[in-house]
Amino acid sequence: MGIQAAAALLQNANIKGFFTGRISENAAKGVCVPGLNCYSCPGAVGACPMGALQSFLGARPFRIPYYVVGLLVFFGALLGRAVCGFLCPIGWLQELLDLVPTRKRNRFRLDRPLRKLKYLVLAASVILPFFVARTPFFCKYVCPSGTAAALFLAAADKTVRSMLGSLFSWKLAVLIALILLSLFIFRPFCKYLCPLGALYGCFNRVALYRGSVNESTCIGCGKCTAVCRMGVDPVKNINSAECIRCGDCVGSCPAKAIRFGFTAGKEPRIIVKEADMKNVQ
Amino acid sequence: MKNRKSSRTAGFILLAAGAALTAAGLLQGQYASVLAKAIRICMECVGIG
Repeated sequence: MGIQAAAALLQNANIKGFFTGRISENAAKGVCVPGLNCYSCPGAVGACPMGALQSFLGARPFRIPYYVVGLLVFFGALLGRAVCGFLCPIGWLQELLDLVPTRKRNRFRLDRPLRKLKYLVLAASVILPFFVARTPFFCKYVCPSGTAAALFLAAADKTVRSMLGSLFSWKLAVLIALILLSLFIFRPFCKYLCPLGALYGCFNRVALYRGSVNESTCIGCGKCTAVCRMGVDPVKNINSAECIRCGDCVGSCPAKAIRFGFTAGKEPRIIVKEADMKNVQ
Repeated sequence: MKNRKSSRTAGFILLAAGAALTAAGLLQGQYASVLAKAIRICMECVGIG
């Protein structure tokens, strides 16, 4: 939680903007942050990769978005969904809502099919801008980060307040629904809707920050599976596309068989001295 | 063991590919395009349309 709070604060360090309603115009705004953080948020000091990607895809004349895709591939290959677990402000806000003591329902019949929805959202966000220019579908109709940005802007600026209409009402309804769902389901936005989560999930299997289970020490107690709020079975598939690397399973393992890190899963190098070899012979 | 090693290699290759794509984008001036978009309020994003 500490890392998540620090990451959210760092990505929204333009504190003055929250009071003036003016967004940052610093040069850092040209650099994409790894998580979902709307660049229209008055606090944002970087660019949202999803917004930037859609902006490129919807621009005419069309240009291949090397820069944004490159950063997404870089973050994905380095961290995978650890971005979701540690660096995304929206993920952190959902975790805060999960702290509210309500009856949690993380395992239900529709959970698995609904998880596929985020891949559809990703596909729609990437494909639709080709057909309808200058329309970032995800940002316009779904993204809760943009809605939160609008609330901050509207609170500080009367002009913005007067311009909000039916589209904002729709986005606000989506945001309220997600807030309510977050009280009962762990990270519903990350599980079912986030296109960035879908994208980074594809990298989990090859990302350098990874998980590993030591099969020789695992006692198969199932505590890791029971504690996982993302519905992952770490023993079967620790590098599942759904794993956000939160590390809950690490703490729950009585045999200390689970590990996350850049060197997790790497076999220790055994150095055998010449003298030892002679003894073996 | 072999799988783990190949997925690590794939990770390094993708990391290098990401860095190369980012560099290619920077050379094409795409940083400026992102900056130009990011320093203005995105009307769609905030629900104005």
